[in-house]
Amino acid sequence: MDRPTSSDLVTALRRLLPAEQVIHDTEALRPYECDALSVKRRRPQVVCLPDTVDQLRAILKLCRERNVPIVARGAGTGLSGGALPLEQGVLLSLARFSRILEIDPRNRTARLEPGVRNIAISEAAAPHGLYYAPDPSSQIACTIGGNVAENAGGVHCLKYGLTVHNVLGLKILTLEGELLEIGGQALDGAGYDLLALYTGSEGLLGLITEITVKLLPRPAAVTVMLAAFPSIAAAAETVTRILAAGIVPAGLELMDRLAVQAAEDYVHAGYPRDAAAVLLCELDGGEAELEAQAGHLASLLRAGGAQDIQRADTPEERARLWAGRKAAFPAAGRLAPDYYCMDGTIPRRCLAEVLEQIGRWSEEYGLRVANVFHAGDGNLHPLILYDAARPGELEKAEAFGARILELCVAKGGSITGEHGVGVEKLDGMCVQFDAAELNQFHRIKEACDPLGLLNPGKAVPSLHRCAELGAMHVHGGKLPFPELERF
Amino acid sequence: MDRSQALAEHIRAAAGKGKPLCIRGGGSKSFYGREPAGEPLDVCGHRGIVNYQPEELILTVRCGTPLHEVETTLAAQNQMLPFEPPHFGPQATVGGAVACGLSGPRRAGAGALRDYILGVRCINGRGEILRFGGEVVKNVAGFDAARLMAGALGTLGVLLDVTFKVLPRPAAELTLAFEMDEARAIETMNRWAAQPLPLSASSFHAGRLCVRLSGSEASLEAAHRALGGETLAGADDYWQALREHRLAFFAGTHPLWRLSVPPATPPLKLGEETAGDTEWFLEWHGAQRWFRIAPEAGIDAGTLRRAAAAAGGHATLFRHGDRTGEVFHPLPPALLALHKRLKAAFDPDGVLNPGRLYPAF
Repeated sequence: MDRPTSSDLVTALRRLLPAEQVIHDTEALRPYECDALSVKRRRPQVVCLPDTVDQLRAILKLCRERNVPIVARGAGTGLSGGALPLEQGVLLSLARFSRILEIDPRNRTARLEPGVRNIAISEAAAPHGLYYAPDPSSQIACTIGGNVAENAGGVHCLKYGLTVHNVLGLKILTLEGELLEIGGQALDGAGYDLLALYTGSEGLLGLITEITVKLLPRPAAVTVMLAAFPSIAAAAETVTRILAAGIVPAGLELMDRLAVQAAEDYVHAGYPRDAAAVLLCELDGGEAELEAQAGHLASLLRAGGAQDIQRADTPEERARLWAGRKAAFPAAGRLAPDYYCMDGTIPRRCLAEVLEQIGRWSEEYGLRVANVFHAGDGNLHPLILYDAARPGELEKAEAFGARILELCVAKGGSITGEHGVGVEKLDGMCVQFDAAELNQFHRIKEACDPLGLLNPGKAVPSLHRCAELGAMHVHGGKLPFPELERF
Repeated sequence: MDRSQALAEHIRAAAGKGKPLCIRGGGSKSFYGREPAGEPLDVCGHRGIVNYQPEELILTVRCGTPLHEVETTLAAQNQMLPFEPPHFGPQATVGGAVACGLSGPRRAGAGALRDYILGVRCINGRGEILRFGGEVVKNVAGFDAARLMAGALGTLGVLLDVTFKVLPRPAAELTLAFEMDEARAIETMNRWAAQPLPLSASSFHAGRLCVRLSGSEASLEAAHRALGGETLAGADDYWQALREHRLAFFAGTHPLWRLSVPPATPPLKLGEETAGDTEWFLEWHGAQRWFRIAPEAGIDAGTLRRAAAAAGGHATLFRHGDRTGEVFHPLPPALLALHKRLKAAFDPDGVLNPGRLYPAF
């Protein structure tokens, strides 16, 4: 059923786009109410599905003239609510911009529209022996535009970096309809490093219409080792020793007992169910190099207390060992009706200490936690298990999660390693940044989007929000925003 | 010594009076960018390594710290700054290296300076001390203002501390040399870069291609067998001399241009006068191309910039020549306007190194 308040805007949009590209029907809007942070939902006024840059420009012009905010959306796999619609806004799906414009094997680059799926890049580059390195767990569905907006990571970013390390060029459409070309196929551009600024800017600074990424040669050989540890502390200590020994694994993942058991029950990957922790380590490189490193790694694992070490060299065997890790999230979903996935980072040396504290809080809140994380780069993904049907349990899970993130900041880490701030971690931003820093972010936003219509209210909290939070939430007797008026 | 507060006060006072400051570290890169102007602000006193955790592969250092001190500290733990920043003088500081954003030969294999920045503390033009990023590898909270500082030549903030990701030194290195012409060298470097070879640097000049391999002894032997070529004696000195522009090519006072282009771009031809390849020095598999020629040859800035832009890149007047005009590649109007707004967002009174990057701000 059409809502009368928005009919005017819809009529105007239908003059710009064919009817099937403007969604306004209540039922058809439903899939767009949330991204993968499904606890936060809002129905957008209207969804547009443009497929040309001219259409995009026309929509921006209309929104500018009518002061209508815009939320851009890729595949909707984001975990922090970055693509949560605004009730009075336009949700702009970029899914139809799904062409791979060019694979250039000589310069080792791919030029892409924002709606190209992450995995499709590597598939298109495969005939040349090349691939695109960042591989977020949602890579079969998530789009490169969303990856850039969120600065997506993945299990291999320990060695190959985040999205920001793998993007060479962007075309950005500003709200004013100007097309900015930043970088390209060269390794750097003139002026400020705007690639860094726009990557991870969560749709607040401009609309990404084209992306150039670098492609890497497929490694000659890959091996995966899985080691079972008698304690999580021993596994965490071994992570540090591996990196200190000069080995930079392609991936280094840790799972605790609950996560291992859940995964094993779900996919039967052959993980040791009785281990307190499991470490999964992938090495890649030239064959000669790899063999030497694998020997070194095995001795470090044993020295660290590993009881049971499995090694996989064939693609099938490697896939089996990875299956347990990759199934960890859906497996946790079988342990409880709901789970809340956290995404904090800490210096690696604090791993054991932070995990112990999470364990104590788990008892205190009466909520179980399965720990799965990118141990090599200190990126924790505690999955807090709860049941939303029980009154108050979601709030309890959120409060528990907030404490974990505060602990991450206190240890010198971050409230988000790879999932973004979106709407989910706005309060965490008040903990990680002070008023002057948040103000600087707001000024950057104003410089790029003077009218403030691009994904407003996400990623950077208002100072008032932080002040109110600070009033409820005093650390060590120190108000985080003493200079602000209280309401 | 921590001089953050004193520096912040100095900037607040300058902002109050609208008095431009010329941020100065060791002065080793004062040749770079447009002519410095303004009252000197010496930041060398803010020095010292704040936190170095070899097993974490991170290093936090105050920006007045000499670069050689940092590299010596890292080398003692068999680690390195993987982007091999050029020093261009013994006084070079960490802050200067980040502000200039320059990377050395290993950029071809390991990535650029900006890729290894995890966080910064800096002072904006309001005199506020701000911290962006952090001491962890993965961090997507807030806009990436930390990396934005790399190459901004101090125009957005005075750098106080920088946290780098560092890496272990390779177990061994081997440099192979080959005789060939420029077109074939460009084709060869890029063909090899598309294969899983342990390439960490490449250069081409005057008919000689050099590639450096880094890794275990076994992997270097395997790569040598696959590629052929002659082992280059004194390779460490060669790459060090290239990094520091101490090779004969870089001597003299003719303008030195840096062209950044897609690596596989065929040899750039700028006219009849430049038929030979001795005016060019290529690095980074062809992505970084140095050009120098006597002014009398009549190759002007416009010619170079058109050639770089046509190839999909940009050209910088790196050293010598006229530094009162445009040193960096002129920006299209919409991008220039955005740069000005960003500058104003960090430095509303325009006191931090105004005009060092572009004449307009």
